[in-house]
Amino acid sequence: MFDVQVVSPESVSYTGQAEMVVARTVDGGDIAFQTGHVPFIGTLAVWSVDVIRDDGDRDTFAVHRGFVQVSGDQVTILSDVSESLDAIDVGRAEAAKQRAETALQADADDAEAAAALGRAELRLRVAAGAD
Amino acid sequence: MPGGKERELRRRISSIQSTKKITRAMELIAATRVVKAMQRADAARPYARQITSVIENLAAGGATVDHPLLREVEDVKRVGFIVIAGDRGLAGAFNTNPIRAAERQLMAHQTEGKDYTLFCIGKKPVAYFRFRNYRVDYAYEGFTADPTYEDARRIADDVANAFISGEVDEVELIYTEFISMGTQRVSIRRFLPLEDTAVMAEGGSGDAEVASAFEFEPSPEAVLESLLPRYIEARLFGALLDNAASEHANRQRAMKSATDNAEDLITKLSREMNAARQASITTEIMEIVGGAEALGSGKDKKSPSFEAASNSTSTATAVLEAGPFGTGSAAPLADGTAPSAAFTIKGNADSMLYHRPDSRSYAVTGAEVWFDSEASAQAAGFTLANTHPSPES
Repeated sequence: MFDVQVVSPESVSYTGQAEMVVARTVDGGDIAFQTGHVPFIGTLAVWSVDVIRDDGDRDTFAVHRGFVQVSGDQVTILSDVSESLDAIDVGRAEAAKQRAETALQADADDAEAAAALGRAELRLRVAAGAD
Repeated sequence: MPGGKERELRRRISSIQSTKKITRAMELIAATRVVKAMQRADAARPYARQITSVIENLAAGGATVDHPLLREVEDVKRVGFIVIAGDRGLAGAFNTNPIRAAERQLMAHQTEGKDYTLFCIGKKPVAYFRFRNYRVDYAYEGFTADPTYEDARRIADDVANAFISGEVDEVELIYTEFISMGTQRVSIRRFLPLEDTAVMAEGGSGDAEVASAFEFEPSPEAVLESLLPRYIEARLFGALLDNAASEHANRQRAMKSATDNAEDLITKLSREMNAARQASITTEIMEIVGGAEALGSGKDKKSPSFEAASNSTSTATAVLEAGPFGTGSAAPLADGTAPSAAFTIKGNADSMLYHRPDSRSYAVTGAEVWFDSEASAQAAGFTLANTHPSPES
């Protein structure tokens, strides 16, 4: 059991207690934190962060950019762009995904469209995972 | 004309009253906004604290990076100034203080032969520097009262790019720091290049033994590299939020004193108006009395003096009861004759003598008072004149 905080520049957007936190770091792949994890600082990939509570339920966030710091019994997710499940608009994400795909078909090197596609897919994944 | 002055004052009072309503409303609005702005600034603090703590841990973990945002330039040729003030006025010295501070700073650097680049945030500094023919290369307007992180990111990006591209060699941040409701202070800080990570870490907890045990992924350098841009965004965002809280606090104070001043003015002008009204009423009364007197004196020309005498003609009995010298005396008519046939004795008020009709000088004596009998004259203290034939003869 440890404390989890999701901190955005505007406010602390989530605080809770968790059994385990699953995140994905840049280059490092998925990483799970449990009590007693060594102090850790990592850059997060554009991926979801799962907070698994002790009753087995999970809170999922779409984190588009951020860092994770683990020290002692405290996990802090620092992210200037993160969304909780209820903040995700599935319809908008699907529309964004289609737009990005058509843009990529026209120009496969369009980095912006690729990033937009990544974001849309992440949102859809988080939304789907909750059902 | 007194009536005109009163009207003029009334007009001024009502205009001040409506101004007071506006300033009072602005004061109340600012009071609620300042509370909100303080809450936002407080809510933003954990992020800034956490990001600083990550940097401290990175520094303690031995991350040394030759990041462009950390690079010190030996020979500074051009200094960037981020000037944060407000979009709107009516906030006391809130806008002028940081603008003046920035201008002083800028001129000091100019005398050292350094060029400048201005990043103006808020309509007021933009207008000020443009009006004085300074080059304003970056202008941001319309959000100082309620800044979002997105605004901070946009500005931080521009500043970082200008610094990395070598357009500016140093950046200073000038804004109004919110210390408490009563105290706000202009703060001038170096924004870029960032102090060395080791220096940043010095302000921190300093428990290096714990910190050095951190694992980093992908590597301390990589984390730091992606963290630094976020760090300057967070710093700028913090400054923007502080500035917004200061703006509302200053506006509240300014509007409060404006309301108080309006109240004082209204009291003063009301007194003046009352005095003017009183003066005009007095003048009117005087005019009416004067007019009535002029009319009255025209009618009564024939009997200018003793009004009591004209009254006494109507009722002799009333005069009998109480004349000028007590019972049985009467004032003469205007032409000096007796008010009625009942009064036959003439009284000389100078000599205090009275004359019966048989007195030798009865005819020549002017009667100041008439008596109906010798007894009445004697009762009033008059004595018989010696011009009468002696009773013996």
